[in-house]
Amino acid sequence: MFRNHIQMQGKPLIWLDNASTTFKPDCVREAVDFYYTNETSNSHRGDYDLCAAVDKKINETRETVAAFINCKPNEVVFTSGTTNSLNLVAFGYGAKYLTKDDEILLTEAEHASNVLPWYKVHEMTGATIKFIPLDEEGRLTPENLRKTITNKTKIVSVAMVTNVLGYIAPIKELAKICHEFGALVVCDGAQSVPHLRTDVQDLDCDFLAFSGHKLCGPTGIGVLYGKFPLLCKMEPFMTGGGMNAKFDLCGDVAYLEPPLRFEAGTQNIEGILGLKAAIDYINKLGIDNIEAYEAELKRYAVSELEKTGNAIIYNAHSEAGIVTFNIKDVFAQDAATFLNSRGIACRSGQHCAKILINFLKTVATVRASFYFYTTKEDIDALVDAVKHGKEFLDAYFI
Amino acid sequence: MPTSFELTPSLMREIIMDHYSSPAHKGKPTEDGYLKIHTDSVNCIDDFDVYVKVDGDKVVDAKWDGVACTISSSSTDILCEQVIGLDFKKAHYMIEQYLNMIEEKPYDASVLDEALVFVNTGKQAARIHCATMGWNAMDELLNEEEKK
Repeated sequence: MFRNHIQMQGKPLIWLDNASTTFKPDCVREAVDFYYTNETSNSHRGDYDLCAAVDKKINETRETVAAFINCKPNEVVFTSGTTNSLNLVAFGYGAKYLTKDDEILLTEAEHASNVLPWYKVHEMTGATIKFIPLDEEGRLTPENLRKTITNKTKIVSVAMVTNVLGYIAPIKELAKICHEFGALVVCDGAQSVPHLRTDVQDLDCDFLAFSGHKLCGPTGIGVLYGKFPLLCKMEPFMTGGGMNAKFDLCGDVAYLEPPLRFEAGTQNIEGILGLKAAIDYINKLGIDNIEAYEAELKRYAVSELEKTGNAIIYNAHSEAGIVTFNIKDVFAQDAATFLNSRGIACRSGQHCAKILINFLKTVATVRASFYFYTTKEDIDALVDAVKHGKEFLDAYFI
Repeated sequence: MPTSFELTPSLMREIIMDHYSSPAHKGKPTEDGYLKIHTDSVNCIDDFDVYVKVDGDKVVDAKWDGVACTISSSSTDILCEQVIGLDFKKAHYMIEQYLNMIEEKPYDASVLDEALVFVNTGKQAARIHCATMGWNAMDELLNEEEKK
């Protein structure tokens, strides 16, 4: 299973870019392949067995997702991924209900996908965007939310785990404060749902967005969870086939109930079926085991990188399996090229969190991110490269 | 011999690092009369401006300024060094030969001088854009000037 069956730069591939995407177990590839080999047909479209079989599997996937995050199946909207999910909330809810007197709260650590849709809502409604200050380590704390939230705040949209720093936000406490003020909590779960237990009822978040491909599923499939009454209030931002109950020549239209209201057009059926296989796989491993193992890898990586004396680590104390660092005196992208030359895939740059540079006070960083199949040997290879960081131009000459 | 000296790997590294840590042509022009073009990258942090001053059909000065990785900094600095004094035709020819070299196509090494240190960039596909963005920007800037 898993690994790309290739070498990189003539060396065994060491994949430390799991925050970007993850490898696919055979069962996921087989689920996708099975659909095209045996079941090709559209959903909701026919009165024949093939179509009914696909419809059944899509419903089963909705149930699997619902059980995975502890919600009801009709609260699971299929999207193309986290970005699509967050845009759906921003345009379907934010643009419809917010006004110029309202406020949206974000943090500087958010991914572009949880910032730019809200900038659009600001443009469309005049609502003000404010940033909840992070503490000195980069955490989002309930205290700082309390200092920033007002009666005008209508939406608080934050990552449950930030993609650069990897702190776990205390969503349950944050949601309680937001609800005291009558604000909704939108949770970007792209970096959290694949790695730690997510119970939307316990967290009491109003919306949760996540992607399939970061939890071993196919690309192009994701989920928006929304509390059902909120989904019912939301505007679809795409209309078309598969989401309307009826329409006539006078322009009268009746939309289907959520979640189908938000699933216009033929869905990413292979993605949906692959997502089910991925979640079944994760459930077999146990999400709590995954969380504990990644925390152990994180501690190991930080401790070994610190021993080299050659790394500047920006998030030594965060919980998730993400280490953001620079090699001393080596520009982040040059470091990433050097790692590439040793077969190690790490991300460099601003990691789509372009406003975080104000906080980190560096223009770019290298990010190593882990998953359940990452080994200590993978981390040892990274550490060895960091030790030899001064030789980064070797990437071009050896 | 394409260069006035023998290019050993250690000398090539030294040239790259020298133009990265002490770029001779980095900085905004302090006088008027420069043409400017901006260039940036989705894949890398590189985000800089390239400036050129021309007199008739001749480049009399070239500069760059902004944020850039080792490869884009030093390749752009070397470009500035070498384009000064060339007429448009020779400048375009040098740029074309450089881009051919980076893309691992046949090229005329006799006009590239220090820029030959980037001959191995193709080994690191993710950095090809870094090694060429300053050069492509300069080419476009000169094309715009010629159209005037």
